[in-house]
Amino acid sequence: MKFGVVVFPGSNCDRDCFYVIKDVLKKSVAYIWHKDTDIADLDCVILPGGFSYGDYLRTGAIARFSPVMKSIAGFARKGGTVIGICNGFQILLEAGLLPGVMLRNRGLHFICKYVYVKTENNHTRFTSLYNAEQILKIPIAHNEGNYYIDAAGLKELKDNNQIVFRYCSATGEVSEQFNPNGALDNIAGIVNKKGNVLGMMPHPERSSERELGAQDGYFIFMSIVKWLKTQRAW
Amino acid sequence: MLKAEINITLKRTVADPQGITIKHALESLGYKDLANVRIGKLVVIKLNFKDKKRAEQEINEMCKKLLANPIIEDYHFEIKEE
Repeated sequence: MKFGVVVFPGSNCDRDCFYVIKDVLKKSVAYIWHKDTDIADLDCVILPGGFSYGDYLRTGAIARFSPVMKSIAGFARKGGTVIGICNGFQILLEAGLLPGVMLRNRGLHFICKYVYVKTENNHTRFTSLYNAEQILKIPIAHNEGNYYIDAAGLKELKDNNQIVFRYCSATGEVSEQFNPNGALDNIAGIVNKKGNVLGMMPHPERSSERELGAQDGYFIFMSIVKWLKTQRAW
Repeated sequence: MLKAEINITLKRTVADPQGITIKHALESLGYKDLANVRIGKLVVIKLNFKDKKRAEQEINEMCKKLLANPIIEDYHFEIKEE
């Protein structure tokens, strides 16, 4: 089983993701430079956080045209497992692999802190190791996490159970008070209709070891490993 | 040479936190009579050809493909002789 961490100019969470896969999960992982187009040997693609292309124009707007994105779109179409974290989520939105868009945070501040999110859907290949409605303590670090989609799009997300994580209180109350960035409906993470592409603003790679203060993110990666194991014998 | 000036703004239905903050700042400077402030982007592109029709078509394509995100942004542009 092999993971790939895509590196765009300006990615800065690539090494954290690589480290978690290699040293915490003990799985095979490679960096994928954004100009590479051969990703045929990968089972899971990770689009890491950072500031690809300096966030110029709009977050993710230029990265989506990197050569590797064509291969990733093809990989996703065939059901391949893709996870975009923070800037990776923004890139997936700009690429149209996930619906909606990110606006600037409501308060205009870059927010870097621990938040709580509620697992709204634990029937995905990314969240199967969480209990239903499990509350995760997990850090966010972004300036554009104010998720937006039109009313019809939001209805579709709900109808298809595509909302995976929502910002909440430590006890699981989902309300405006516990919405750090103004995201519509407190949305922190969504999957595509097929369920093979996840985008999330919180950073599971920064919360995969107890030494780092939280390890709730670890089970995202372990859920993926568990799912990949069901796909073939390794 | 032709010059295209492209204005990109958030759609009216999309909240503009920057605009709201700047409106508050202007009001605190004493400008109390403001209905609304919206922030946008100006992109200026100089073209190496003179065919206005081609310019309009290509600039339109550029806006759709990259410069604006149609989910949240509107754009309009003017093409001038330089």
